[in-house]
Amino acid sequence: MQHGKYRFIVGFLTAPLAIYGLFVIWPFIQSIYYSFTDWSGLSPEFKMVGFKNYTRLLDDEVFWKSLQHSVMLVVLLPLVTLTMALFFAFMLNVGGRRRKNAAIAGVRGSAFYKVVYFFPQVLSIAIVALLFQFAYNPNSGAINSFLKAIGLESVQPDWLGDPDLALWCIFAVLVWCTVGFFVVLFSAGMASIPKDYYEAALLDGANRITTFFRITLPLLWDTVQSGWAYVGILALGAESFAVVQIMTVGPGGPDYSTTVLPLYVYQKAFRDGQAAYATTIGVALLFVTLLFVAVVMKLGRRERLEY
Amino acid sequence: MKTTDTPPADTTGERPPVAKTAPAAAPKEKATGRTLNVFSHGFLILWAFMVAMPLLWAVMTSFKTDKEIFSSPWALPDSLHFDNWSRAWTEANMSDYFLNTIIVVGFSLLGTMLLGSMAAYVLARFEFPGNRFIYFLFIGGMSFPIILALVPLFYVMQNLSLLNTLPGLILVYIGYSLPFTVFFMTSFFRTLPTSVAEAAFVDGASHTRTFFQVMLPMAKPGLISITIFNFLGQWNQYLLPTVLNTEPENKVLTQGLVQLAVSQGYKGDWSGLFAGLVMAMLPVLAAYIVFQRQVVQGLTAGALK
Repeated sequence: MQHGKYRFIVGFLTAPLAIYGLFVIWPFIQSIYYSFTDWSGLSPEFKMVGFKNYTRLLDDEVFWKSLQHSVMLVVLLPLVTLTMALFFAFMLNVGGRRRKNAAIAGVRGSAFYKVVYFFPQVLSIAIVALLFQFAYNPNSGAINSFLKAIGLESVQPDWLGDPDLALWCIFAVLVWCTVGFFVVLFSAGMASIPKDYYEAALLDGANRITTFFRITLPLLWDTVQSGWAYVGILALGAESFAVVQIMTVGPGGPDYSTTVLPLYVYQKAFRDGQAAYATTIGVALLFVTLLFVAVVMKLGRRERLEY
Repeated sequence: MKTTDTPPADTTGERPPVAKTAPAAAPKEKATGRTLNVFSHGFLILWAFMVAMPLLWAVMTSFKTDKEIFSSPWALPDSLHFDNWSRAWTEANMSDYFLNTIIVVGFSLLGTMLLGSMAAYVLARFEFPGNRFIYFLFIGGMSFPIILALVPLFYVMQNLSLLNTLPGLILVYIGYSLPFTVFFMTSFFRTLPTSVAEAAFVDGASHTRTFFQVMLPMAKPGLISITIFNFLGQWNQYLLPTVLNTEPENKVLTQGLVQLAVSQGYKGDWSGLFAGLVMAMLPVLAAYIVFQRQVVQGLTAGALK
């Protein structure tokens, strides 16, 4: 297969590489370079300023708040989402009534649950954010009216307007969006675990909680680990940006209570005309992301189980 | 997963004692099974309710008058106000946003799949200097934060006069969809048998022809999964158009809706806004329900690889 090989390779790689290089790689490299300049983004002139932008970060209160919120999301979101998803998936696959000879069985209607749970995954994050913005509306939103209807009229939180609550409201929406996908994913993984493992364990007197921790979780560990990385990147990236930007008022919530790193990059670059400083915050975000991925890889490393 | 297919026949022959002891343990096991069943159904129903409720509430609200939305958010509409829908479609420009989204997603999907599989095929099937480097260059794009590149990208687009244009947005969508597409398709092409392609080549087909007439059809299952994955990603994209496409008449669905929410907030046309929201929601939900299996396979294949 030598004839015209290189001409073919070049022909097939040129267009994809050109687009990818121009719109992804090149801007990415540039952004690191710009973080050492005083470029405003508005005029083409700028000069090198060394680490000035980086030292500015250290005294920037909003940056620390954004960092704190992003770190909180990247730690808690995977934990809550994946725990809930594992719980639901286990219930779907093991929580059913005993049928004939099967030691364990899925609940009836598990297919239906999986279809419904997956809904948020196909919707745009922007649509989800808008929808919940209305639901959280303190005066006529679905949640407060519901509280009123069940006699909790005195409990009418200002959800997104309350600096103590706003970030948790954002968090709840991100959980709402993500759980279903992992229920389906884990459920598929659990369904492929041989049933005799459970039968043997149950006959030996293990209860279902033990079987979960001794059989299901270890065999599913690879999937959980990649899910962990996936949710974390989502919590640091475009999804959290969209939710915060659309749902909360003002510059990242009341008193910056919901601001996150990607939102702060966006604001500095496209609202305040501080492109160079924005890229510096972006570099910090990159470090947080890489650190997170490294931690997941390190913590997640276990012996691979074959079955 | 072969083990699950083979055993039933032997186990019954091999382990009769098990079958005997099982009934003795059954009553207790049965009782716990029932409690567990109630317990699990309880939680599962609760979550199903929490997922479905906001969506049903939005659909219901889209048929109400503004007054009803505020006075009784949970009550059913007194009559179905379809005028909300027509108002959103025409006056609030939802029709334009739909059209823009279809154009952008249509062309980017075509471009992504074509360019992505071309690059993946070359990277999977040919050895040449720099192969590994290009491969890692592509897949490296999967984990870095897009927002970091967006700031310079904005100015790259401006210099090329691509800012705020649909072709510009299409090219950017393709660029940002390539990492995962190349990653996925490369591993897919590696699993296909080499003999067929070699036979075609020996028969005198060019590399290009072999690719389009032999390899691409063989890669169909992979292409379908990844097309669905990219379709949903691009249709739902919000960050990229928000930054790179601010021309009012070029807006795509997601930004159009957010824009609508801001402006309708002042005008007070909440019912129109809800109609727009549901309008944007229904096509993807309907497509999901119809092509459920493919969608789930496409997306989970994405996460598992």
